Amino acid sequence: MPINVKTAGFATTIQDLGRPGYYHLGIPMGGAMDRFALRCANMLVGNDEGAAGLECVFMGPELEFTEDSVVAVTGGDLPPKLDGEVLESWTAIEVKAGQVLTFDYLRSGARAYIAFAGGIDTPPALGSRSTYPIGALGGVEGRAIQPGDVLPLGKAATAAKTGANIPEDMRRMPEKTARLRILPGLYAHRITDAAAKRFYDETWKVASEADRMGYRFKGGTPLEFVDREPPFGAGSDPSNITDACYPYGSVQVPSGTEPIILHRDAVSGGGYFMIGTVISADMDLIGQLQPNVETQFVQVDMETALTARRERADALDKVRAHLA
Amino acid sequence: MTSRYTFGGDEHIFVEVSEEMSLEAFFTTLSMTNAVRDAKIDGVTEICPANASFQIKFNPDVIHPDTLLVRLKDMEETANQAEPVLKTRIIEIPVLYQDPWTHETLMRFRERHQDPEATDIEYAARINGYDSVDAFIAAHSGSPWFVSMVGFVSGLPFLYQMVDRDRQIQVPKYLRPRTDTPKLTVGYGGCFSCIYSVGGAGGYQMFGVTPMPIYDPEQKMNYLKDFMVFFKPGDIVKWKPIDRAEYDRCIEAVEANTYTPRIREVVFSLDDFNKDIDGTNAKLEEMLNAD
Repeated sequence: MPINVKTAGFATTIQDLGRPGYYHLGIPMGGAMDRFALRCANMLVGNDEGAAGLECVFMGPELEFTEDSVVAVTGGDLPPKLDGEVLESWTAIEVKAGQVLTFDYLRSGARAYIAFAGGIDTPPALGSRSTYPIGALGGVEGRAIQPGDVLPLGKAATAAKTGANIPEDMRRMPEKTARLRILPGLYAHRITDAAAKRFYDETWKVASEADRMGYRFKGGTPLEFVDREPPFGAGSDPSNITDACYPYGSVQVPSGTEPIILHRDAVSGGGYFMIGTVISADMDLIGQLQPNVETQFVQVDMETALTARRERADALDKVRAHLA
Repeated sequence: MTSRYTFGGDEHIFVEVSEEMSLEAFFTTLSMTNAVRDAKIDGVTEICPANASFQIKFNPDVIHPDTLLVRLKDMEETANQAEPVLKTRIIEIPVLYQDPWTHETLMRFRERHQDPEATDIEYAARINGYDSVDAFIAAHSGSPWFVSMVGFVSGLPFLYQMVDRDRQIQVPKYLRPRTDTPKLTVGYGGCFSCIYSVGGAGGYQMFGVTPMPIYDPEQKMNYLKDFMVFFKPGDIVKWKPIDRAEYDRCIEAVEANTYTPRIREVVFSLDDFNKDIDGTNAKLEEMLNAD
């Protein structure tokens, strides 16, 4: 039951929950930036939560259905339209063969997820259909979708209930000034206490370089470093370290100026110091930040991080119970 | 060596074995990560060795971060006592130094370079005190290199030269990273050489290009059938300078899928190496060239 891609939108990629296990070789886990939203979309159409769907950035594609199907759109507010009629997001929608799914303009957030009953059935690479363009893995021939592509769908489960909906209070979007919680650590000792305090006090803005690899922020005061003799192999810039691994969510600040938070398609390592790591509970939020959104970095401890993680798991369980 | 342990959020433990690069730090990194792998700890999902540090990714729903931290620290003692001996392989990598493709690329990004009047390799030769580019190439290709980390992007190896620290080549990265680097460029930044497994952005100085693919997502190359990434940490590499005619012959073989890298199994002892660096390297080269 293939889908014909009429127009592709902007960097629309096939994503599932990713391919963990190869980060030590420079192949990142990938997968949906907003994992919660993808899981919800899949649940709505009766799929396994990890089935492959489309991740749309800022705008949607135009998709023609060749057979009857059920779809759901979640994540950022990108209203779906069927043959021109605007429909509800976060809702299972029945689609008839021959109908064309398009999208209205993005109202909020940055990324929307489209799930199809049966899931997209392109060939997996290293256990995942997620698109990783740098390594030419997954997706359609290792790249974002293009007009003319034909997306195969898997066999739909019988569980898809047209009209099923996830109410607004069960969804999650960033606040107007986004708050990203960070556990300080890694090479935080490289900057002065005053610089660290300012980093968390100031309000930053998402810069234009913001994609699946990482999000850059601007607008804060450059960080002051603690003096040192450069260690052999590190390089002469005070922000350099001997090339090391980068955790997902780690916050590096090249030359102390613009922080970069690495995301699902992270480079696995490099030579810049990091001041801490965004906690796992807040990683999904980053995928919903548009350029210029104001962002506050909030310092937390491990206990808070683990509590927040449990809250996210509970929120997902609530959606599961609601749709069961 | 006493390592520094720190959390990377609630899903990673980052261990800095040493702030500075050394073969000792790299060996400790390897034995620690091997010990963690062998321990098969529930909840550990990724084990990533780097040059002088490593990172463990874990699922905190399965193992509490503090519990894992204690277990890792317990392993450090054992790893420190492990004999620094490595069963590995030595691989010959042909390099066309000063090739036309990296030359064309570096000329496009001169304004991002420390020395816009020179090429990358001329600059590297000069600041490392070599009289000529040829002398520099002889030094770069004269001794073997350890693959001390695989990463950044798909299967990209970082390599550390097996010589005394005072003979180590060091070059800064570009002032601002390039937006383009040809695939299979042999690069250099800090004290590390690298091979760009795929084309793309990069900040390392560009010295040449190898005809030998090291990453094949389609797994069609005969020597990449089993896995798409060629290198692993602990591999030893010897660069072989080649001319354009030989480069073209290699490319033909790659295209016909008949190219076979020269690889020999070797045992490397860090103690023997420290006692006699040049002697150990000469023996490695002998083994590489033996039939």
